[in-house]
Amino acid sequence: MNQYSKLRYIAILTVFVLGCLYALPNFYGHDPALQISSLRGNSLSNEVVVQVNDILIDNRIPFKSIGLDTGKILVRFSDSDKRDMARDLMNASTGFQNYVMALSLANASPEWLQSIGGKPMSMGLDLRGGVHFLMEVDTKAVAKQSESRFISEIKNSFRKDKIRYRSIVRGGIGIQIVFINANMKERGLVLLSNEFPGLEPRENGESNTVELSVSTDTLADIQKTALQQNLQTLRNRVNEFGVSEPVIQQQGINRIVVQLPGVEDTAEAKKILGATATLEFRMVDGTGDIQAAVAGKVPIKSKLYSERDGNKILLEKTVILTGEYIIDASSGLEAQSGSPAVFITLNGKGARVFSRITGQNIGKPMAVVYIEQRKGRAVEEVISVATIQGQLGKRFQISGLDSTQEARTLALLLRAGALAAPIEIIEERTVGPTLGKDNIDRGFRSMVFGLSLVLIFMAVYYRGLGLVANVALTFNVILIVALLSVLQATLTLPGIAGIVLTVGMAVDANVLIFQRIREEVANGNSPQSSISAGYDKAFSTIADASITTLIAAIVLFSFGTGPIKGFAVTLCIGILTSMFTAIAGSRAIVNLVFGKRRLLKVSV
Amino acid sequence: MSLLSTTKIDFLSKANAALYLSLGLMVLCSFSFFNKGLNLGIDFTGGTLVELGFEQPADLDFVRERLEESGYAGASAQIFGSPREVLIRLPAQVDVNSSDVSERILAALPNTDMRRVEFVGPQVGSELTEDGFLALLYAFGGILIYVMLRFTFKFAIGAVIAIVHDVVVTVGLFSVFGLAFDLTVLAAVLAVIGYSLNDTIVLYDRVRENFRSYRNKNSRDIINQSINQTLSRTLVTSGTTLCVVLALFFLGGELIHGFATALIIGIVVGTYSSIFVASTSLLFLGVNSVDLMPVEKDGEDLENRP
Repeated sequence: MNQYSKLRYIAILTVFVLGCLYALPNFYGHDPALQISSLRGNSLSNEVVVQVNDILIDNRIPFKSIGLDTGKILVRFSDSDKRDMARDLMNASTGFQNYVMALSLANASPEWLQSIGGKPMSMGLDLRGGVHFLMEVDTKAVAKQSESRFISEIKNSFRKDKIRYRSIVRGGIGIQIVFINANMKERGLVLLSNEFPGLEPRENGESNTVELSVSTDTLADIQKTALQQNLQTLRNRVNEFGVSEPVIQQQGINRIVVQLPGVEDTAEAKKILGATATLEFRMVDGTGDIQAAVAGKVPIKSKLYSERDGNKILLEKTVILTGEYIIDASSGLEAQSGSPAVFITLNGKGARVFSRITGQNIGKPMAVVYIEQRKGRAVEEVISVATIQGQLGKRFQISGLDSTQEARTLALLLRAGALAAPIEIIEERTVGPTLGKDNIDRGFRSMVFGLSLVLIFMAVYYRGLGLVANVALTFNVILIVALLSVLQATLTLPGIAGIVLTVGMAVDANVLIFQRIREEVANGNSPQSSISAGYDKAFSTIADASITTLIAAIVLFSFGTGPIKGFAVTLCIGILTSMFTAIAGSRAIVNLVFGKRRLLKVSV
Repeated sequence: MSLLSTTKIDFLSKANAALYLSLGLMVLCSFSFFNKGLNLGIDFTGGTLVELGFEQPADLDFVRERLEESGYAGASAQIFGSPREVLIRLPAQVDVNSSDVSERILAALPNTDMRRVEFVGPQVGSELTEDGFLALLYAFGGILIYVMLRFTFKFAIGAVIAIVHDVVVTVGLFSVFGLAFDLTVLAAVLAVIGYSLNDTIVLYDRVRENFRSYRNKNSRDIINQSINQTLSRTLVTSGTTLCVVLALFFLGGELIHGFATALIIGIVVGTYSSIFVASTSLLFLGVNSVDLMPVEKDGEDLENRP
């Protein structure tokens, strides 16, 4: 009665062996590593590996190994201090200005284990340290921008069709157009309905006036596009920032989650992610009167700007070129003066415009304006004014930057592209490396201690069968760890607490079974039939109890964010594995040990 | 060894005493909840939190002075965990919804180790509060439906009464003692729901079985017998779970202190409620054997030999 078929033993043994195998990588853990990649995404060659190797050896920074891994160089270190030293050193090396240094954790398992897909559990930000940002896209700003764009497009269309109007402005709600007469208004309305189906016209009672609002569908499309573009830009920026395994995801309609493991310098991360910097090139208005302009009389075709040193300068309103024509930018030092500079490459269209205008204006001064959105306001600064020496083409350089750091950041932002809409950080959770390490230690210690207490209690209280339960319980923990590793579910501190809690609760299934066996024995049944009846009768109770707990865990999962989700995941996995180990696992051991013997007594 | 092999305690004779105790506790907890409220963490209120590590035991007066100098007079600073760690908290400001505050606090206290920074905008805080409430409701709803399907409506009501009791008392005690209530505590409350229900289901399972085996006994005797039969299991499981949660409480560090506290309260209250509240509710709801016409139990024959 208490015997399993051979197949069943083999199946359970297979699960056990697989569990041990896939839990094993956690024993080896991760090596702190430095990942070096090319800014432009090119594969790196063995020559670069040799260069890096030489630099590290010359500077006496010990490392475990160095090698190429899918076009990137991976250097493993024994501890993170040495890795950080190596990163700072590589960043300062002259030959490595166009490489990205990313801190990462490399799987330290032996090769055979990696080849069968063995990986340690992926650790959450609260354990390995890092930054979590929740950002909100400013949808009001997107709406505003789209109205401004519509206005300039409407003006163009009206001009082409010779429709005359008094004014087109952004009003309280939407766009307001005042035509010069009723005839023009009629023609205008026809044109609007043909060319701008996304705008809904509305008459407000005043003759010759039409109010337009962007339709909800159109606005939703525009906002969706803006969010997609922002996601892309953030991805580009994060890639260049040097983070391995970043998470950049949309959440809801207007939010973006950014997680950067291992990043400590949140100020720098915020600056780069949220930056809206771009460049504009304008000709200097050499004829205007600066004094008068400062006093308030700005010439009609010009605009007043400040230079970095505070001097005022008049620039022409017409923009020659904006940042969107830039396809590549890199930082470096100017050949003659040795001051920091950004080297820019334009796309075809940009290059044509730029070379025509610079060709027409040789000998005249041109200014580079640096524009940044700060708290919804554009801050504009002239970073350099230079006389055009000759016709400029596809490639040129700009100088006037304060430091190499600034040059590097500007180049990064120009390469990554501009944000389509301003974003605001509405939630931040940063964990420093020391707290992360503390959390791992504490979590591990409480897990070991809690598990030991339970194992001792079970052995003392239930004796023979208690030992069986202990084997099942240990197997349960191994299975949870193996499943978390295979699924690469993120382990967090509450997640560890979840494992600890499951250990306490997993005992329950065994206790239910043993209690039943005790009762059966007390009712005068034979040991063998008591064991069998105990398992059978306890089954539906265990299933009901597990499913109701699972309901609570699933609710927790769907509601939770970050660390809480980690708790829900381990709780769910723990409930499932403990059902398996208590019912199938412990039964198999019991059958194997007691099944064939003539039992006089069962020790519970 | 067995501590409580066969007990014959008349638990239901204590039903009235238990009723008064539970009602008293719930009134006290509700009163505190509605008058004093919860000491909500920044997850729900919004605000900024910075945890710093110092080389030497931290001088709080110095920290407060520096905060005041930087214009953060409203910030609170306290020792957190070890004397070398300081937790600075700043409530959400209505006009400045800015994540820069933490940067400025860090700048005001250089040469410290940044251990943790949390900033929650007011809108995120109110969303989390709303979501948290919804999560509790969904958990109640899901459990009600499952217990109704597996048992009967009266059992489902009894189970939900026991859970509501546990949640009110656990959350209420956090209010009474002014303990910090953050997201991890809410997660623990949901875990308590799962745990306490576990106990209740085990008891109900036994009640159902006994109703079917002893058709002539009255409900009161059957419920009493079921409590006695499951008592040893209830206490052993509570004991082992309490062991691991105490390990978390003492060794898990400050970050999950609240979590562990909620679980400790929840396990004790949950054990009490499954013995007294869940059973008494069944009696008051008038469960009898007519409610439990035998139905084919699913899964019964899964474990039989092929």
